[in-house]
Amino acid sequence: MNSHSALGGLLRRPESGAFLGLIAVLAFFGIFGGLTFLQPAGMASWMNVAANLGVIAIPVGLLMIAGELDISVGAMVPFGAMTVAVVSGHYGLSIWLGIGVTLIFGVLVGLINGYMVVRTAVPSLIVTLGSLFAVQGVVLGLTVLITKSTSVALKVEGPAKAIFGDFVFGGQVQAMVLWWLVVTAAYIYFVHFSRFGNWIFAMGGDKVSARNAGIPTERMTIVLFVLSSTSAVFVGMCQAILYNSAQVAGGQSFIFNSIISVVVGGVLLTGGFGSIIGIFFGTITFAIVNQGIYYTNFDRNWSALIIGVLLLVAVLMNNTFRKMALSYAPKKGVK
Amino acid sequence: MGDTILSLNNISKSFGPIDVLHDINLEVRAGEVLCLLGDNGAGKSTVIRLLSGVHQPTSGRMVMDGKPVQFKNPREAADHGIATVHQFGGTFPLMSIGRSFFIGREPTRWFGPLKIYDRKKANEIAVKAVQNFGITRIDDGDRLVGGLSGGERQALAIARAVHFGARVLILDEPTAALGVKQATHVLCIVNEAKKRGLAVIFITHQVMHAMAVGDHFAVLIRGAVAADFRKGERTREQITDLMAGGETMATLEAEIDAHSTPASAQ
Repeated sequence: MNSHSALGGLLRRPESGAFLGLIAVLAFFGIFGGLTFLQPAGMASWMNVAANLGVIAIPVGLLMIAGELDISVGAMVPFGAMTVAVVSGHYGLSIWLGIGVTLIFGVLVGLINGYMVVRTAVPSLIVTLGSLFAVQGVVLGLTVLITKSTSVALKVEGPAKAIFGDFVFGGQVQAMVLWWLVVTAAYIYFVHFSRFGNWIFAMGGDKVSARNAGIPTERMTIVLFVLSSTSAVFVGMCQAILYNSAQVAGGQSFIFNSIISVVVGGVLLTGGFGSIIGIFFGTITFAIVNQGIYYTNFDRNWSALIIGVLLLVAVLMNNTFRKMALSYAPKKGVK
Repeated sequence: MGDTILSLNNISKSFGPIDVLHDINLEVRAGEVLCLLGDNGAGKSTVIRLLSGVHQPTSGRMVMDGKPVQFKNPREAADHGIATVHQFGGTFPLMSIGRSFFIGREPTRWFGPLKIYDRKKANEIAVKAVQNFGITRIDDGDRLVGGLSGGERQALAIARAVHFGARVLILDEPTAALGVKQATHVLCIVNEAKKRGLAVIFITHQVMHAMAVGDHFAVLIRGAVAADFRKGERTREQITDLMAGGETMATLEAEIDAHSTPASAQ
């Protein structure tokens, strides 16, 4: 294989747009902000943002590849934070019990979301919009009912703190960054190297054909919803453990931020196309834009503009790359 | 004449109060092409869905290799060797040829402690299977299915069905969306499948295509088998008339004339 076709092969991959986008924002902030955001302190600031977002963005992206959408993650993050804070903070029970209860709630909401999407013909956007509001209501209502407050303190020490909510590498990088790298590696294996990944792409490509080919599409859909809601409560839980408190509000930003990361990462909104490494790059790109603005002389308010433009450019670029991939045929000797 | 693989005996199907099929009797034999003809809404698709396990008959029975069978879902039908290929090939435009060929049956190999999808093997087998059907232009299993022509997609889907041991191949209007040349390719592939001893059920409303490959014809009108005959027993005009619901083409043409005359007079 010569170098020309190797380059072409790279450009046809779903993550190529995301990679170029990442290079572009790195160059942009490198010029306007100096290279401080690539030094340890700067790296930590965007890596922390990327890690918390990335753990949620990957399962959200998988759902999108499978042709579904989950916006209830916006409520699941505070739900996770509040659950662990109420169980282990307000009631003072064991932190491990709090973690267990939190994850079980995550699985439960995911099961409900998935089951409703599979059993009814209602689009998943509407189903999860419903559960987004329902869970927000439950979190606010129950928290005020139980604790008479909208903010609950939580004190965690020992191994639980170290594993889920502490700083590593000398105090600026959150433990979540390690979680993010580990789960990304695990997802890469499952999505691109095991058979299950093939099934997810097939579901997004053509659900009826996928079912006719013997893929358990309903079970896979439910599993993906469980993954996304559990990942969201996990992130919320770790934040509560890290900051020693939980608030009922917040978390909504995860809805759009995860969708932006996924789309910038080259996932097709209508399903069937995308990659984990692309979502990974998309998440980093988003986090750099989000944090990089602090290292420049620009007003912080401009970052939303950059993200908006970035999203549009990324989508256009990804369309182009996808067309290249579709029209690609190996060249015959003469031509 | 080959052995009867699958037969439908007095099959009826109704959805609630609506009867869609009444008393269907059909037989498919190995190495034969059964053409299922009929106008839109005649019940062709319902017959396919019964055969491929998407729906279950309300009454009557299906017999396969002399034994009564029931397909509760598409998977069971597939396990009995019944494969359905839909109009657009039922393939996934943004997946590679190798991956879509093996969907649901991915070959794996061990990579250290991990079991991984064997891309090289999948691509090799898929490309070889399609080339065996005479589509030599497909030589890279990493190409995306969406980049193939309609005829190539059909070929891929048929090759896939044959590779996974299909004995009964149901082709649902495989030539409907294709140009003349592409359609000819698909008809050649149907012939190839027939030569390999498969029983083919070919659904179409293009009489020319049916006559080119069919050994046995059944015409459905309003959910019943209106005619059942073998190759050479009917002329093309007779078949067209049957498909139009028993009205002769001449009557229809007269009707068109009657409608168009006042318009052209204006």
